[in-house]
Amino acid sequence: MEYIIEMLNIRKEFPGIVANDNITLQVKPGEIHALLGENGAGKSTLMSVLFGLYQPEAGEIKVRGENVNITDPNIANGLGIGMVHQHFKLVHNFTVTENIILGQEPTENGRINTQKAAKEIKELSKKYGLDVDPSAKIEDITVGMQQRVEILKMLYRNAEILIFDEPTAVLTPQEISELMDIMRRLVKEGKSIILITHKLKEIKAVADRCTIIRRGKYIDTVDVEDASEEVLASLMVGREVSFVVEKEDANPKESVLKITGLVVKDSRDLNAVNGLCLEVRAGEILGIAGVDGNGQSELIEALTGLRKIESGKIELLGHDVTNTNVRKRTEIGLGHIPQDRHKHGLVLDFKLAENLVLQTYYMQPYSKNGILNAEEIKKKAQELIDEFDVRSGQGIETTTRAMSGGNQQKAIVAREIDRSPKLLIAGQPTRGLDVGAIEFIHKKLIEERDKGKAVLLVSLELDEIMNVSDRIAVIYEGKIVGVVEAQKATEQQLGLMMAGSTTDKEEGDRK
Amino acid sequence: MIDFLRNEKNHKFVVPLLSVLFGFLAGAIIMIITGINPLEGYRALVKGVVGNPRKFGEWFVASSPLIFTGLSVAFGFRTGLFNIGAEGQLIVGSFAAVVVGIFVDVPAYIHLPLVLMSAAVAGALWGFVPGFLKAKYKVHEVVVTIMMNYSALHLINYAIKALPGSTKTRSVDILPSASLSSEFLSNITNHSRLHWGFLIAVLGAIVFWFIIERTTFGYELRSVGFNPTASEYAGMKVNRNIILSMMISGAFAGLAGAMISVGTFDYARVIASAEGYGFDGIAVALLGNNSGFAIIISGMLFGALKAGSSAMALASVPKEIGHIIMAFIVLFAAMNYGIKRFLARLGKEEK
Repeated sequence: MEYIIEMLNIRKEFPGIVANDNITLQVKPGEIHALLGENGAGKSTLMSVLFGLYQPEAGEIKVRGENVNITDPNIANGLGIGMVHQHFKLVHNFTVTENIILGQEPTENGRINTQKAAKEIKELSKKYGLDVDPSAKIEDITVGMQQRVEILKMLYRNAEILIFDEPTAVLTPQEISELMDIMRRLVKEGKSIILITHKLKEIKAVADRCTIIRRGKYIDTVDVEDASEEVLASLMVGREVSFVVEKEDANPKESVLKITGLVVKDSRDLNAVNGLCLEVRAGEILGIAGVDGNGQSELIEALTGLRKIESGKIELLGHDVTNTNVRKRTEIGLGHIPQDRHKHGLVLDFKLAENLVLQTYYMQPYSKNGILNAEEIKKKAQELIDEFDVRSGQGIETTTRAMSGGNQQKAIVAREIDRSPKLLIAGQPTRGLDVGAIEFIHKKLIEERDKGKAVLLVSLELDEIMNVSDRIAVIYEGKIVGVVEAQKATEQQLGLMMAGSTTDKEEGDRK
Repeated sequence: MIDFLRNEKNHKFVVPLLSVLFGFLAGAIIMIITGINPLEGYRALVKGVVGNPRKFGEWFVASSPLIFTGLSVAFGFRTGLFNIGAEGQLIVGSFAAVVVGIFVDVPAYIHLPLVLMSAAVAGALWGFVPGFLKAKYKVHEVVVTIMMNYSALHLINYAIKALPGSTKTRSVDILPSASLSSEFLSNITNHSRLHWGFLIAVLGAIVFWFIIERTTFGYELRSVGFNPTASEYAGMKVNRNIILSMMISGAFAGLAGAMISVGTFDYARVIASAEGYGFDGIAVALLGNNSGFAIIISGMLFGALKAGSSAMALASVPKEIGHIIMAFIVLFAAMNYGIKRFLARLGKEEK
């Protein structure tokens, strides 16, 4: 048997879009096969076809050499195909064991034998190096741990072929490297893995072969060893991609944002931001580097008016906005690309056009005297999706929920940048995006800077901070421990500061 | 034909129509099982609705409050709220209309608008309570609105009896200047109780559509309903909008009350239990896809079943058959996802 899974010439259509157009994917037994493509290229659709969630319009699927007709996920499970979804499907107030056995409970006279199940799960987790506590409740364990429960769920059902749908999107760097180890171990124990991703580093790290699809079409299948990241990137995007962000030197001018002694409490009532001082000037990008959970989210929320401030002062373009509401700040000249696009950035049940005027719907020309002007809204929306290359099934009429994450993000970026705010706060603006989209958003941020706007970039990706920023402020336990010139900063030095070392107070630091 | 049914663009009206069709088919099956000729049964139903001008008039009388409670529930749905309290809002609305109708003595062109407005305001105030509790204390509106239904029923029954001149079952008649009824409409429909309320209901549907689809206010209400955090991000006043949504929803239900008290009867009635307009409103909204104009049609349909079922009883068809058909229609309307899938698969087997 040369291939364990063969998907041949698969075609899947949705209204207004061909998601998969003649795609072929062949996976060898015992390999990690990466499926690479931009956001919205059709990766998830293809896997949903394999998992029986969608029926293809054309093409055939072979499992272990035999033609199969997978009409629902139960058939896929029966064939030994298991999937770890991007958004976990776990019952939060159930224990790990209860979640794993759900639907396949070992019973004795009608009663569930939890002990037996827990023992089996312990054995499985030992065998594959998946460290979990079988009696812990899902809501009490970390995201990385929850993912392991999903993996165990598949193993408990004797899955041979494991599909990972963008498994690292929700993980910390530490958890990512643990996951990589787990995947290697799974393959060693005879499993085959399909890894859906757009992260080239991960493919280089674990995958054996890689199939690339672009805009729903099959491009190529390559051996990962022979392909550099650059080659993979250009196959994925369809053009050369530069990893280095090109930009002129900054030309900073007057102060746009001035924060003094800011204290903000988090939802547990602890001081998440604790006496923070910072200044951002027009014409510069200030990056905030730091390990997750050091007050970044609370800082952004305080700056944008979404969270109450305990003490301290925020000045925006000379206005004291410490106690000003969100809309007033927006009108003074604040733009905000929120960290969580589903929670804050978009109304997912709105049409794309409606989301594109979420900040401006009440102003002319989009409305007058409280009456919406549908024509103007559509005109603006069309203009924005053309300029920012936001792709979707039915254009501006698409329900936003139906769009891919990358295109949702581009829509937010389009909306915020188009208002041309004097200060743009970007919270992890490229999270979960592919290299093409990342490059695009970075370019847009730099364009804004060159137009003389101030940009405050908060990101957990150190690469991003170092590439895009002009100055880098490092946040640790709610305080800025130092500000350095990006050109002179080294990863090592920043890493030390992110761990709380304050030795490096350089000339950039004006505090 | 199959292509027409499969096309998703047509599903918006094909699916509700199929729900209705299936509902009547299921009703026919029930009639066969109970030994009734369904053709006879449906003939009686049709005759009961359009058999003569009077019945035709009564059809519209039965439909107007349903259209308003449908709009009330739909307004909640569109703005992220589940208003189970249309019943109670209707009761307080009907009472407020009667009180203003009895005690305020002004010319009709002021009196009638004033009566309607007071019904709307009373409904809105009854909606304010669950809206406020949801916005301020995150209490789920379903719980509060259900409780408010009972409060309204018993409180208003008491209040009606306490009005001067009331008997144990009803208040005195309202002043003629406060009534929606019209001699003209009554005469052309052979002395039915037909009144101007139907026109007001159509006007209500237009207002509904205009607020929801055309105003920045409706845009905010929908945004807050779908995603309060994103609305806060966009600088909207989330709590205020939740309360306003509930109040507007209540105002529509209050107007439904006016349809009954100053339209159909011209006096307030002491009722033993809720009459079900509020719950029927959920069905009307569901079948009408929460859209203003479709609600007029679905309200008319449920009105026909309500008005026609008594005529069926005369033809010795139990009037519960009418309720069974309504229930089936609601069931199929709620199954719209399944019907859509069924349509999408139509004709595929032949390929």
